[in-house]
This record gives sequence, C-alpha cells and structure tokens, in this order.
Amino acid sequence: MSDSPSSATAALILPKDLAAETGRVNVQIDGIWRQFAKGTRMIEACRQAGTIVPHYCYHPKLSSPGSCRMCMVQMGLPARPAPGQEPQRDAAGYETISWVARPVIACANTVSENMGIRTHGDLVAQTREGVMEFLLINHPLDCPICDQAGECRLQEHSVGYGRSSSRFMEMKVKKPKNVEIGPRVRLDDERCILCGRCIRFMSEVVGEPVLGFTQRGTHTTLTAHPDRPLDSNYSLNTTDICPVGALTSNDFRFQMRVWFLKETPSIDVNCGTGTNIQLWTRGNKIYRITPRQNNEVNSCWMPDSHRLNFHSLDSVARFTEPLAKHGALHEPVSWEAAFLTAASKLKAQAPEKIAIIASARMTNEELFLTRALATALGTTNLSLVPRFSEPDALLVAADRNPNTTGAMLVLDTQDPFSKLDAIRAGVRSGAIKALIVLGEDLITDAGFCFEDLAPLEFLLQSHTLANPTALAAHLVLPTAAFAEKRGSMVNLSGRLQRLNRAIEPPGQCRDDWEILRDLTQAITGNTGHLDSIEEIFQALAETLPAFNELTLSKIGHLGIPVMDTGYQIPLLTTERARQAARLITG
Amino acid sequence: MPVVKLQRPKLNFGESIYLLAVAKGFLITLTHAIKSLRGKSASAKSLASSGLGVTMQYPEHRWDEHLPEYYRGAPALVTDEQGRERCVSCQLCEFICPPKAIHITPGEIPSNDPWAKVEKRPAAFEIDMIRCIYCGMCEEVCPEQAIFLRKDYLITGLNRADMVHNKEKLLAIGGVRTGLVNKWNELK
Repeated sequence: MSDSPSSATAALILPKDLAAETGRVNVQIDGIWRQFAKGTRMIEACRQAGTIVPHYCYHPKLSSPGSCRMCMVQMGLPARPAPGQEPQRDAAGYETISWVARPVIACANTVSENMGIRTHGDLVAQTREGVMEFLLINHPLDCPICDQAGECRLQEHSVGYGRSSSRFMEMKVKKPKNVEIGPRVRLDDERCILCGRCIRFMSEVVGEPVLGFTQRGTHTTLTAHPDRPLDSNYSLNTTDICPVGALTSNDFRFQMRVWFLKETPSIDVNCGTGTNIQLWTRGNKIYRITPRQNNEVNSCWMPDSHRLNFHSLDSVARFTEPLAKHGALHEPVSWEAAFLTAASKLKAQAPEKIAIIASARMTNEELFLTRALATALGTTNLSLVPRFSEPDALLVAADRNPNTTGAMLVLDTQDPFSKLDAIRAGVRSGAIKALIVLGEDLITDAGFCFEDLAPLEFLLQSHTLANPTALAAHLVLPTAAFAEKRGSMVNLSGRLQRLNRAIEPPGQCRDDWEILRDLTQAITGNTGHLDSIEEIFQALAETLPAFNELTLSKIGHLGIPVMDTGYQIPLLTTERARQAARLITG
Repeated sequence: MPVVKLQRPKLNFGESIYLLAVAKGFLITLTHAIKSLRGKSASAKSLASSGLGVTMQYPEHRWDEHLPEYYRGAPALVTDEQGRERCVSCQLCEFICPPKAIHITPGEIPSNDPWAKVEKRPAAFEIDMIRCIYCGMCEEVCPEQAIFLRKDYLITGLNRADMVHNKEKLLAIGGVRTGLVNKWNELK
C-alpha cells in the first residue's frame, strides 16, 4: 500500500469499499456484479442470483462435505499484481478477474471480494457431464420400478447435464437391494450415489448417528448400525432428502407415481407445533404427506408419527351420513331432520343443564362458531379436551392439540380446559342433561365412561370416525377431516397458519363450521348469512384484536406471527445455533 | 394474412357439359365388370370366395391375413420366454394415454416369488376399450416392452363392464413374445 494514493483512485470510491460498509462483498456471477453478505456459500450466492447450481450432497440444513462434486463451477479471483504494481481496475472500479483453470465446488466455498463465478460454459458443462457419467457407472436401470422416478435428481441432472448414452461395457457392481433398514424405510444400495445426506441428517439433526458407509471405492455401501435399525421417529425425512431412490418410504412404496400427485400446502394437526406439510393427492385420495419448509416452524422436517397419521381418512370407520339413535341402533337421517331434532331437544333443556365439549383440534373459525353456539344456548359450560403427552427434543410438542393457543385467543380464556372436570361431574350427578361433543371422543380421551353418558337425555356428537362415544350418542354428525377443510390455527409459538382443502369429504360429511352454523341457526331461528369460511374469519378478525386487518388469504402458506407466547420449538433453537456457528447455511 | 384469390380453371364447352366425364366413368366401371367376370380382378385370389372376387364376405371371411405388421389393434400385455409378465406397473402408459383408458393399481411382488428381484408388478391393470383410440402411445412409451398393440380388432361386449379388459384378458390377448430385451436376467 502506498502512502500517497494516486489522484485517480482517491477520487473514485471503489465498489469493494462500498460493499464493505454493509459487510458485503462484490461477486460477479455469470458476468453480472452483485453484492452478497460475507461468508455466503458460492452455491447460495448463485441461488440468490437466480441460478440453481445442480447438486446432490449439499443441503442448506446440513453440513457440506463436498462429496458429490456435482456443484462444481468455474471460479475467478482478482489477479495478483506484481510487487509495486497497482491492481488493474475496469471503469466501474472492479479488479480484473483471473479465472482459475480447474473448477471448484460451490457448496463448501464462500464468496470473497471481487470473486467471479461462471455457472455455464464449456468447462462447467464438461465437468458436470463427467461427474454424471461417474455417478451413473453403477446405477441400475431401475427407473420403471423406482418410487423416486419423477422427483429424482439423478434423472433430472442426467437429462439436464449428462451424456445421452453410456460408454461403459463392464458389469455393474452388485450391492444389497430391497433392504429393510428400519421399520418405515427401505434401502436400495445400488441406487445410492453416496451423497451422505441421510447419514448427516441422522447424526446432525436427529442426534442418532445410526447410518454410515462401509466398504471402499465402488463397493461403498450405506448401512445402518448392525445393532440399531433406522427406527427414529424422524427416519422418513431421510427419504425426502435422498436425491435418488436409495431410501424410500415403506408406507408410500409402490402406491402411486409422483407425477400423478397434486400438492396442496397445509399444516399438520397432530401436535401444537403446527408443522407445515404438503398433501399429495390423486383424485380423492391422499397418498402421502411430506414436510414443507418453514424456517419459523419446522425447518424442512417432520416426525414420522405425524406424517403417517392420515390413513384413517379413507377408512371404513369414517362417518358418511348423519345418524340418529332409534332404540339400540343408529339409523341414517337427513341433515335437516338432524338439525330439527337437535334444536328441539336442546331448547327443551334449561341452559345450565346443557354443556358443550369442543376440541382444540378445531380451527379458529369453528371455535368462534362454537362460542356463538354456546351464547345461543345461553350456557357457560364450554370446555375443550386437553391432550398432553411426552414431547421430544425436536418437533413433537407436549401439547398434542394443534390449536390450543388459538382456542385461548378465540374463547378468550387462559385455560380452555378448566371446565372439563366440572362438566364431567355434572354429567355424573345428573346436573347436566344435554351434552354437545364436537370432534372429541369422551370415552377414550376425556375420562368419561359409557355409564356416565347413558343417562343423558340428549347427546350430540360430531366426529369423523366411529368411536365409543358415538355409540352412546343420540345424534351423530359426520364432519370433514383436516385434509378436507379450510380454516386457520395458531401454533404454540403464536403463529397463525392455514389449513387447506386437498380432497373432498366423503359421503354427506359437512364442514364443522357449516354444522355449527346450521345448528345455531336452527336453535335461534335466525337465518343470517354466513356462506363462506372467509366471512367467518372476517367476523372473527373484527372481534379479535390479534387478527385485525387479516384475512385467510393474507395468512399465506407460511403463516403470520400474531402473538408472542415465548414458546421455542426445540428444533429451531438447535438449528439457529448451528447456523450462527456457520455449520449450516440456512 | 393477405387474401389469396384462387383462379377457377377455365372449362371449355366439352368439359362444362360433363357428358364426356360421365362416359369416362361408365367406361371404368365397365372395364372392372368385364375384368371380374373373366376372374382377373385385383384381389381375385384372396377374395375368391365372394364369387366375383371383389367384395369380402365379412364375417365369414376376415381381414386377418391381410393385416400389415404395423396394424394397431387392441393393446395387450405380453409375457416373455421365461414366463415373466413384463409389466412392472411404472404407469407411464397410464400417464401418456390420451383418452385415459388405462388404469393401473401397482403392487409389490412377494419375496417368495421367483421374480422377487423385479419388486413390482401390477396388482390390477385395466384398459377401457370403449375409451381406447388405438393410438399406440402406450406401446411407444413402455420402457419394459410390456405392452403391444396386437392385431385383434373384434372388441365387442354386451355391456360396459365387458369392454374393460382386465389383466388376465390382456395377458391372454398378448401371449408370449420372444426376442425382447431382458434386463431382469440372472446377472441383474
């Protein structure tokens, strides 16, 4: 550095100084100069610039071993000036880039000042073609039977960057196929491209390092520990991040090709975390559920127990039409008759003899209408059913109700479960003669027994599945399940999120909100207009300050924080620490 | 687009009264009549049974031996020399089928099956022949050489259910086909 800078450089404010003021660096990507935060990985810089660099082993939520070599790009650094020589700069003040002769991996290298990156060109194209050729040497021609076909990175990159035909005459290496590596995951070692994402996921995110590579060279084989199968409650996430069909889900195995499936963004309802999910449907059937990335809720992951809990939706246990009890048996009735019966039976009781047990599995809109129903009946006996269980250290919350926070907001109470014991005692003592049960099974989940319910003069239950309480109910109303309705819920950390309808409810099932509206209107005789879930949300938003100015569509697919509960999702705490330590990129 | 004005051909007097053309037509018919009476018509041999050798007496006599190799009749599933049904239910034909005539329910091959290594085969395979348009895309797209359009064209039924070919029927129509690429052999 010279003591007296030349007048030309002194007058010109260099781009590197401008960028340094905000802690950023200048990087030229495919000929265009941009600024990126210091420490950004080259692959992330390219992504921000709108160029996706093909990759297999790199995952933003996992460490970067740089093992697949697919993300190689051409890199250039400022030319090093000879001693005493000033760096050469162009008119804009950028130094001349001296391109490195050999490609570098973009996933594990960070950007630096005045760096150049080329993601296209002969060198990069030849590199990718070479890497693809190596990866395909021993890859079997399993595509017609492989569940990954259609969402396989190897297929995509082979078409995008590979050769059209193979040059190899040698026999392919034999490896174990169709291995039961865990209770829910199937392994095909021949398809494995040794990216190691699953190994890193199990050791870094789940903290159960049960997977690893054995053997060497082309015989390298992915295996689980001999004494410990891949039985974690997060094992199916490995099938999501596996870029090929090496790890596939037993549950989804050979069920449907992915190109037939339609994706619907929604949220999980199995615990208070409110994991963001994607529902994959064809026709009126859900084939699988996968996690949907939301860095404020579930990152990219979800527990297996929640993921696989959708098979009851098209089971024979579904209620498909309203049922009324005649003697010992239930018989189908029309919706109109059901509402008339319910209204006359409920109006015959004194308000204090009626109780409502609703569910914290209901959406905000449904709880809002439940509150309106309680007001119409004049009863204050309204409680939800608590559902607490062991949490885990990642995503499964202790509160297995998805909308407890929403219930507190909508019902305007700090403990929506407080009156359950009183209602139970009232039912046992005969003080409560009529009971409305919404979406809950009292006998299994709320500490009632069949003998408690038998003396009730009127028991109405709305539920999706056949259950012991329905046996005692005088009127059973079939409702839509979580994948069949729209609505909003608030998760434990106070984030308002949206359920979306992926499939149609079976038979004569109706949305809970329609049932609640019709029941309330049958009781009050008031036929106001509430024709859509949007109108209910609007009415709810007007009464609830936290929801003011919001509509269902404004919630968006990633949700909106509406309150601060102080609840930390354990997975995010760990992930943010790893991010701050620069172990992962995002 | 510019308008192009077509010029009608100018007809002279003889052409405009058509009589000449009519006479020409009669002459052609007469020539064929004489030819067939002398037993010299084009398909005299193959259609001899019809008496004059001009008209095929369907259905007593059939197209069958006259069908070219590329004829596109009913699509069917084939079995190979080793007795393996070749379809692995990849569902590409279901995907490509323009009238959506194909419906496949994939299934897993049990581990005690001699072809367990193939892992997958259709649990059910249905082609609705009322929908099928005989386009041959299923044959073209099949990566396993499992579905072929055969020469069967007499697809009839008394109700809609009859017109849906199930897997057994498709395999029966398809029969055994030899000389196919065998990628699921012992070395696989």
